Amino acid sequence: MARSLAGFLALFPFVLICGAASLFQPISDSHRSAALELFTPTHGSFKSLEETYEALRTFEVLGIEKKPDVTATACRSISETLGSLTSTPKDLFYALKANSIVKCKINEKTSEGIFTRLNAAVNGASSLLDFYYSIGGLVLIKGQTSKADVYLTDAEGVFRSVKAFSQSDGRWRYSSNNPESSAFAAGIALETLAGIVSLASSEMDQSLIITLKNDVSKLFDSIEKYDVGALYFDDKLVDGREHQGPLSTTSSVVRGLTALAAVTAGSVNLPGDKILGLAKFFLGIGVPGDAEDFFNQIDSLACLESNRVSIPLILSLPSTELSLTKKDSLKVRVNTVLGSNAPPLTVKLVGAFSSGSKDASLVESQELKFDAETGVHILSNLPKSIDVGSYTFVFEIVLHESEHVKVYVTGSQTKVPIFVTGLIKIESAEITVLDGDLGSIETQKKLDLAGHNAVSLSANHLQKLRISFQLTTPRGRAFRPHQALLKLRHESKIEHIFLVGNSGKQFEIVLNFLGLVEKFFYLSGRYDIELTVGDAVMENSLLRAIGHIELDLPEPPEKAPRPPPQPVDPYSRYGPKAEITHIFRAPEKHPPKELSLAFLGLTILPLLGFLVGLLRLGVNLKNFPSKAIPATFAILFHVGIGAVLLLYVLFWLKLDLFQTLKLLGFLGVFLVLVGHRILSHLAATSAKVKSA
Amino acid sequence: MGRSSSTKDAQALFHSLRSAYAATPVNLKIIDLYVGFAVFTALIQVVYMAIVGSFPFNSFLSGVLSCVGTAVLAVCLRIQVNKENKEFKDLPPERAFADFVLCNLVLHLVIMNFLG
Repeated sequence: MARSLAGFLALFPFVLICGAASLFQPISDSHRSAALELFTPTHGSFKSLEETYEALRTFEVLGIEKKPDVTATACRSISETLGSLTSTPKDLFYALKANSIVKCKINEKTSEGIFTRLNAAVNGASSLLDFYYSIGGLVLIKGQTSKADVYLTDAEGVFRSVKAFSQSDGRWRYSSNNPESSAFAAGIALETLAGIVSLASSEMDQSLIITLKNDVSKLFDSIEKYDVGALYFDDKLVDGREHQGPLSTTSSVVRGLTALAAVTAGSVNLPGDKILGLAKFFLGIGVPGDAEDFFNQIDSLACLESNRVSIPLILSLPSTELSLTKKDSLKVRVNTVLGSNAPPLTVKLVGAFSSGSKDASLVESQELKFDAETGVHILSNLPKSIDVGSYTFVFEIVLHESEHVKVYVTGSQTKVPIFVTGLIKIESAEITVLDGDLGSIETQKKLDLAGHNAVSLSANHLQKLRISFQLTTPRGRAFRPHQALLKLRHESKIEHIFLVGNSGKQFEIVLNFLGLVEKFFYLSGRYDIELTVGDAVMENSLLRAIGHIELDLPEPPEKAPRPPPQPVDPYSRYGPKAEITHIFRAPEKHPPKELSLAFLGLTILPLLGFLVGLLRLGVNLKNFPSKAIPATFAILFHVGIGAVLLLYVLFWLKLDLFQTLKLLGFLGVFLVLVGHRILSHLAATSAKVKSA
Repeated sequence: MGRSSSTKDAQALFHSLRSAYAATPVNLKIIDLYVGFAVFTALIQVVYMAIVGSFPFNSFLSGVLSCVGTAVLAVCLRIQVNKENKEFKDLPPERAFADFVLCNLVLHLVIMNFLG
């Protein structure tokens, strides 16, 4: 338990200090390997010239030698695009951008054609992006051909048309009809304006440049910051489609600003601390997982590193966890954002503060030694005042040469969270059973908390249990761990946890069983004892079973609280249940079959008796009509009655009431007709006989 | 002395009843026989139920009631057919017989339904 908590608690001091201190790492080899993974060509080429350019630029900036060879396919696609008459300025722009890295040869005729087309595009441009692609294309073609006289006619006019898209808050619009403005567009506009200035045939009007300066400073007013010191630009989300994230927006602005600063030679200045903030933003991203984000990050960092105004220097530590046991030394590196070496400088540790306390610094200001071989500044031995715990170390960078101070920007002080761990000495551990009020010792056993213990004690409810030990830090001071817990677990798995309090170095807990009888639910028996001492800075946190104690507690009274039900073993709760046996309704007791059959026979008996009686009475069929028609009717009558009786039998056996009634309807009608005929005939005959 | 006279009286009564009954027309005797048959069947069913218990009760009822019902209808037929009965002088016996048959068929339909 202590170990898992140690991991969580290791983050805790970082969360505390996050407001003030943080750590940025410059670009490293993990970036290079990620770049090779992200930018993989499919079948020897990338999907578009834009992607080809992004991949090649990234490889170039990171200095990756073993990059996939796409030169042949890229050249083919570039010359296709440049030669085609249907290419838009955007296609030409990206083809030329890719070519600036691949450096395929463009023949004279093609470059002439491109120049004419792009010039026409500039004159006919109406939106910011039109200007961007056409001006950008012209700047690129100027750099790639041997033509020296690629100039913009009426550069000032074009400058003014682009400037017309600017807004008073420093943002720019994409076109005159579209009211949406963004900082991303501002970046694009600044890059375009820088291109115009570089393409101008003569010196541009300085007043135009100065108005630009105002725009840039307005843009910087909208800069946002993270607490850790990173600065970035972001656009408010107006229309989800067009929204670029902070990374795209900031990199666009950085590209535009650095391009502008390069061509205006000092007129448009970027403040040094803002540059450092922007560099921290890009570094704070770590290794992006998306190719476009990766390109934006690397390209912007390259722009920041190569800008003429201020080059940011980043202070980083390879490890912020130091162990007193291993006698770790404090190592600091200072690099440029892309990981290259810094100019000669010294790193000074100006202060160390315990986290969360505002006391004075624990160390004096001292310089770190520079190891030229590894390029690392080292403080070999941590000062004696640094004990285990979490601290904030404050560093300052001092450049050796004065002219470097103007060129490089370092930030005033860098705060870094440091975590110091060590072995905590646990001494004089002992467990005692004391007699009730007198406090006399009944049993006392020494404990070796570093090793295995299995003490066996017994106590009754009138006695007390005491456990005590001492904790000392490597520097000899008192130590208060995050966890000092004593757990007693009964045989029935019911646990009780107690905190071990301390005064100075001495930790002690006394369990008075008389007061705890009710808490223990009056359960007597064997209790296992477990001690936990843990802290994030403790390298030897422990969770030890000490032994067991046989407790003899009195019987629970009637109203005593019952122990809480223990958690059910999940497998038994969610596992298969006992099989259910269905209890069917007991079948009714039937009389024995023989009896039923006997009575069936007996029931037939009266019928036989009836028939016999009829015979004895001398019944005859003399009245049965002899003529044909009445005879038929008579027979039909009897057949009809027989049919109805048969229908009833079928009704009993398998028909239902409705079917029976239906059939009975038909039979009944038939029977009535037939019966009426024969009976009226018989009546007529007997009436004739009577009257005769 | 009293006993022998009462038995003698009983015997004389019995004989006179027998001779009087012999005078009834044959068709009425047939009907009487039929009634006796029906009642006898009902009795046997009651004895059976007494032995094995009344489950299922609906079957027992339908059986007994069919016998009783048909006996009752036969008695009605006898009343209507009896020539000495002044009340039904104008009713042709064939008509009475047709009623008897019809009512019996209806009775037995109900009985069959109730038999289960």
